Amino acid sequence: MPRLRVLMKNLFRRGAFEDQMIDEVKFHIESRAADLIRSGMRPDEAARRARLEFGGAEGWKERMREAGGLRWIDAARTDLRYAFRTLRKNPVFASVAILSLALGIGANTAVFHLVNVVRLRALPVANPAQLATVRVKDSHGGMGVNSHPADMTYPLFEQVRERQQALDGLFAWGHGGAAIGDGANMRMVRLLWVSGETFRTLGIVPERGRLLTPEDDRRGCARATAVLSHSLWQSQFGGRDDIVGKPITIFMLQADVVGVAPPSFFGLEVGRAFDIALPLCASGPSLDARNVWWLSVFGRLKPGWTIDRASAHLEAISPGLFEATLPTGYAPSSVDKYKTLRLEALPGANGISALRQAYDTSLWLLLAMTGAVLLVACANLANLTLARANARAREFAVRLALGASRGRLTRQLLTESLVLSALGTLFGLALAQTLSGLIVDFLRTSNDPIPLDLNMDGRVFAFAAALGIVTCVLFGLTAARRSAFTNPGVALKSDTRSGGAGRERFVFQRVLVTLQIAASLVLIVGAMLLAQTFRNLVTLDPGFHTEGVLTAFVNFARLGLPPERRQPFMQQFLDRLEALPEVESAATTTNIPLFGSSWTMGVRILGAPVERRGSSKITFTSPGYFRTMRIPLLRGREFTIKDDNASGGVAIVNQTFIQQFLNGMDPIGQVFQTGQEPGYPVASYEIVGVVADTKYSRLREDIRPIAFVPAAQAPSPRDGAAIVIRAAGATAVVPEAVRRLVADVDSRAALGGISVYDTQIRETLVQERLMAALSGFFGPLAMAIAAIGLYGLVSYIVSTRYHELGVRVALGATRASVLGLVLRQSITLVGCGLVIGVPAALIATRWMTSLVFDVSPRDLRTIAAAVVTLAAVAIGAAFIPARRAASVDPIVALRVE
Amino acid sequence: MGNAELLPGTLDLLILKAVSLGPLHGYGVLLRIQQITQGALTIEQGALYPALYRLEKQGMLDADWGTSDNNRRARFYRLTTAGRRQLRDHTETWNRTVSAMSAALNAKPEEV
Repeated sequence: MPRLRVLMKNLFRRGAFEDQMIDEVKFHIESRAADLIRSGMRPDEAARRARLEFGGAEGWKERMREAGGLRWIDAARTDLRYAFRTLRKNPVFASVAILSLALGIGANTAVFHLVNVVRLRALPVANPAQLATVRVKDSHGGMGVNSHPADMTYPLFEQVRERQQALDGLFAWGHGGAAIGDGANMRMVRLLWVSGETFRTLGIVPERGRLLTPEDDRRGCARATAVLSHSLWQSQFGGRDDIVGKPITIFMLQADVVGVAPPSFFGLEVGRAFDIALPLCASGPSLDARNVWWLSVFGRLKPGWTIDRASAHLEAISPGLFEATLPTGYAPSSVDKYKTLRLEALPGANGISALRQAYDTSLWLLLAMTGAVLLVACANLANLTLARANARAREFAVRLALGASRGRLTRQLLTESLVLSALGTLFGLALAQTLSGLIVDFLRTSNDPIPLDLNMDGRVFAFAAALGIVTCVLFGLTAARRSAFTNPGVALKSDTRSGGAGRERFVFQRVLVTLQIAASLVLIVGAMLLAQTFRNLVTLDPGFHTEGVLTAFVNFARLGLPPERRQPFMQQFLDRLEALPEVESAATTTNIPLFGSSWTMGVRILGAPVERRGSSKITFTSPGYFRTMRIPLLRGREFTIKDDNASGGVAIVNQTFIQQFLNGMDPIGQVFQTGQEPGYPVASYEIVGVVADTKYSRLREDIRPIAFVPAAQAPSPRDGAAIVIRAAGATAVVPEAVRRLVADVDSRAALGGISVYDTQIRETLVQERLMAALSGFFGPLAMAIAAIGLYGLVSYIVSTRYHELGVRVALGATRASVLGLVLRQSITLVGCGLVIGVPAALIATRWMTSLVFDVSPRDLRTIAAAVVTLAAVAIGAAFIPARRAASVDPIVALRVE
Repeated sequence: MGNAELLPGTLDLLILKAVSLGPLHGYGVLLRIQQITQGALTIEQGALYPALYRLEKQGMLDADWGTSDNNRRARFYRLTTAGRRQLRDHTETWNRTVSAMSAALNAKPEEV
């Protein structure tokens, strides 16, 4: 590439190039003069003659620059210098343009950055494109198979590993959590349970020591081996090398640290990091449970296999796999359903992510919103540039008349837009980095730190650059084409003051403003829907009083209590808790409402004239639950400590339970039976009370039938529980009191995450809040930009019609009629925009069905409100220049002529 | 017969030929061309340089600073491999054209 090399050298060493040129020419002329002197000429005559023979040195130098490939760069330099000078002379235009571009590009890039981080970026492993994940097809609720990313049992994984042929190095992994340390030093860590092949298949290189191998994951591994994440190694162990080989106690598990993972390996789920990786063999009883769906399964496609072929293969071997892993303890109908399950393979390069599932629609919607804002801003810039181009029509006409080529003029105008776009993109990128960080910070809660690598990569820079170029072309090219193709004769003859430009020239601008209004309407409708959704959710009555309530988790497993002593121990603990002066009441529950978890069982009403069966939520609580949550008891009685295993089963049900199963019957005294599940044999419960309806797992769902059963009557007593605590006074003092109590009960007792319930519920709405906040920002922003656009256009039209309006007033037109004349035009524009905008909004909001709550995405009141708001703002913006038009002084207007 | 005007496109070929006989600075190229054409062709002196720069950018020539006979700093041009190939190809084309042209122009009525 000698050509490019020489050009580059010439380009970057521009000064050297000029010097070299001068030296060569000088050397030539002097050598020639010397020769002439030698042949007998007088020195001064020789020098003159040598210069003459050489010809016009400047002309030749220009040809040399051209030959060296530097002419266009000179032209570009001139254009750039000229563009900067023009923009400096119009600081208001320049800053408005750059600022709006920076905002538009910044917002788009920030959202795209998040889309990239959460959804597009490949896992930090070797050859991620070969990865495929194996999962249950069309997985639905029931039997613990859920739509969460993890959906395999270990026995099923073993079967798949043994029988499938599509994937190499099949591995499984699951998440867990445990406490490390004792007493005050206790700290919760996130566990990554991996099968032995995991690290090898992923091709991960250890930072220290070694990673886990199939040797570490032998069934019944006597002493577990552990790999620390880079961040835990740094934060808890100070990055010391001697950590390798040290023992570590993870809650009740003794393990040896064998190595440290590299910093790039955060785990396999985007948005969820791990602290310690352990082999699956050490995971305890869940390993062989056929009903615990907690693993994700990945592998590498064998050469020659596609995802489709792998899926077909997995589906074909599915019947045998599920037949071999039938879960026990379920009713026959459930087992039949289990046999119909099928497996499939999906691309696994980006890993899996609950975060991705949760935010997918939101992120794409945000990207669409920011894209619309950018388009509205671009339309404004196009209008501004066009108006400026019209004002500069004479300048261009003169330059064309003086012989500038149209191409040269186009290039110069494009250079101006390019400078604006480039500056806008640069500021936008800086803004995007901050903005995406802010968005993630907004979504981070105490329970969910969302570990994401927010470093921008090439894809984000490419996206920003593409946006910059597209916007530049969008607003620059239209104006440039228009200006460069002016007919100089016409432009010079016409008098811009009298509006010689002609009305048809505004058609393009009118179309742009109409589209801006339409786009703004869509955004405003979206913003209003999301704001209503958030308000509806925040003000929603869940059926219990969350204020003053705290939630906590206690675990007494390390005390090694035998099953029969667990329930009394827990009750004693609750009694001591309620005796604290800071605490009004407290209760255990198997399900803290609104945290997203769910427990459903089949129920059948006994003794009903017609068979009534279905499914109901089942929650095991201690007696104080309804008191603590302030759920009103409508009939019958609450649980007492006398409702235990010795007495007959009792239950309290909610109103929906009665409507669904006991319609028309007196509920008190009725008996229902729960279906069989592993660890939960068929049991009967007599209804002793009725409570008001409450929300169950999330605010956005319909009320479900719920049956509460005393914790003391649970078939298998647990040594840990979730606790709800109602504070006697301030909630702030409760955590410390509870912590002291737990430590006092036993130093081996673990207390996990005591926090204020209200805050946690609000945190479950963080996505809705974010969407409401961002759309509440982008919607009005688009509206403001559109209003400014309309204002600018009307002002401009008025200024070109100044003379005409003066004549009208002189001939007797009233101010009102002039005002009406100008406003009518604007109202037509706004009307057209709204007419396009309403159906566009109806189409666009259809995507939002899954995001809105308690408001229809086609809610007419919302659309009407948006139309009225937008119309008022837009016509208000047009009113200012219209009033100016109406106050035209005919004498001044006519004298200008 | 006086000096002939240079045909279009021949300057590049002359430069390549001149430089093929040994590295030269710009003025040296002029002298060498005058020498090998026995002064039969008029060359505009300034026109030499854009041609040299173009050939350098095309990769036909390489240029480096050196010292001239009179001990002054001068830029010396050297033929590259590509330049040598170009010179050979163009010389062939040129020779074919010239013989064809002279045959055509010297054709007599009886030969037609």
